[in-house]
Amino acid sequence: MIAHAIVFYIFSLIAIISAVMVTVSKNTVNSVFFLILDFISISCLFIMIGAEFLGMIMLIVYVGAVAVLFLFVVMMLNVAEQKNEWFNASKRSSHIPVGLLVSIIIFFELIIVIGGWKYKPDLIDSLAIEINTELTNTQSLGSVIYTDYVHLFQISGMILLVAMIGAIVLTFRERSGVKRQSYFKQISRERNEGIELIEVENNKGVKIDV
Amino acid sequence: MTELIIFFDQIYKILFLLVPVLVSVAMIVWLDRRVWAFVQKRRGPNVVGPFGLLQTLADALKYIFKEIIIPASSNKVIFILAPIVTMTLALIAWAVIPFSETFVLADINVGVLYLFAVSSLGVYGIIMGGWASNSKYPFLGAIRSAAQMVSYEVSIGVIIINVLLCVGSLNLSDIVLAQQNLWFVIPLFPMFVIFFISALAETNRPPFDLPEAEAELVAGYQTEYSGMMYAMFWLGEYANILLMCAMGSILFLGGWLSPIDIFPFNVIPAPIWLILKILFLFILFALIKAIVPRYRYDQLMKLGWKIFLPLSLIYVVLTASFLMYFDLLPG
Repeated sequence: MIAHAIVFYIFSLIAIISAVMVTVSKNTVNSVFFLILDFISISCLFIMIGAEFLGMIMLIVYVGAVAVLFLFVVMMLNVAEQKNEWFNASKRSSHIPVGLLVSIIIFFELIIVIGGWKYKPDLIDSLAIEINTELTNTQSLGSVIYTDYVHLFQISGMILLVAMIGAIVLTFRERSGVKRQSYFKQISRERNEGIELIEVENNKGVKIDV
Repeated sequence: MTELIIFFDQIYKILFLLVPVLVSVAMIVWLDRRVWAFVQKRRGPNVVGPFGLLQTLADALKYIFKEIIIPASSNKVIFILAPIVTMTLALIAWAVIPFSETFVLADINVGVLYLFAVSSLGVYGIIMGGWASNSKYPFLGAIRSAAQMVSYEVSIGVIIINVLLCVGSLNLSDIVLAQQNLWFVIPLFPMFVIFFISALAETNRPPFDLPEAEAELVAGYQTEYSGMMYAMFWLGEYANILLMCAMGSILFLGGWLSPIDIFPFNVIPAPIWLILKILFLFILFALIKAIVPRYRYDQLMKLGWKIFLPLSLIYVVLTASFLMYFDLLPG
């Protein structure tokens, strides 16, 4: 049990420190790497409380895909070279009031939310339900998602699909003059389309039409 | 006291797994070069040791004694971290591979997801190395490989779903045991082919080795690396290839099971069967390296997103409806 506690505190310490480092580090690429470290330690915490499916999905989705895209964008935009402007002494004063305002608003919102927090009575009832230890985490999650909550699950899928299509439509632009490969055209080409025999007259040459 | 014993027992087990994996990585590099040479009617490495078996060790020795050059304008921490990440990720994945019914280091519930997660993290070693080098070729290589690996992961994920539908468990041992009567390669043969090709792309093997296309990018993300750090990238890459072969043989070729359960076959110990299957897949990898020309980048993306992803999605629907209709759903 002590080992469990030690491991828990190590992971949570790493998670908190790296979360702070995400905002503090001067280089944006380093921030993304700290974000990745944060994701990894949080997924370790998930695994520690027995939610192994959630932990692995966290690794696959956030670290394996989302953070890669973050890194991609940060590296491609070359923001790494511009550094974080906040650390520029001359600019610092202009950023502080806005930042303070936003953080104060969020702080009060948090106080309101936590202060007015009440558990629904049926939630407290459901906490008393015995956990079926024979089923694995993944199995029990699957049996709930695909039966009781199938509509919510489908709707969230549809929302993601719409978001994806929206992003594609917004960024798509038709470019002209791009040579595209069509496998069908290439394969279905025949000899008489590609080769032509021409009797060339002396000193005249051949006109090639393209 | 008992905790200490458990701790050292685990360490012993880990060493017992890791040392053979590292040795077989060295052997597999030799095999790769040998197969490649035989296809091209050359001899390949045949000087150091019997049949040139010790060639890789000699190469590794050479790398160890070479100077490690760190470019002055590179991001030094990330530059040094990159090969370590590649190597570590390639090795930790072996923890869940079951070599027989009892011989598995960590028999976890979500074994497949763990393998998938670790292989999807593999891209970080490459991105970090490419970016930290602060040079054009490595950066282009890293960008290419990130896009490539993320794209092919998607189809590998969908293929894994196909297998999971037939098994009803994420545990790797359960997946192998579910194949006792019929290896999944038979009902899911198209998925096996797509998995194999995606594995080639996922491990940056030819014909999808665009991240290190020597004609365009010198050596891609490895360009600035030298000495031991280069060797670590190289070892990590081959360990990853072996891992993909192991994954393929567990998901489709019945893992440690013998092909038929009759006398001469079922006395051969289970790990041997798994190793034979891994070797079979690896020789296919090596042959393909020798005989298939490199893909163009747009062809690679087209293959991943427009052909493999729809095909594997359709196959998920087919598998699910087949299992549903004939009432074969597990669990």
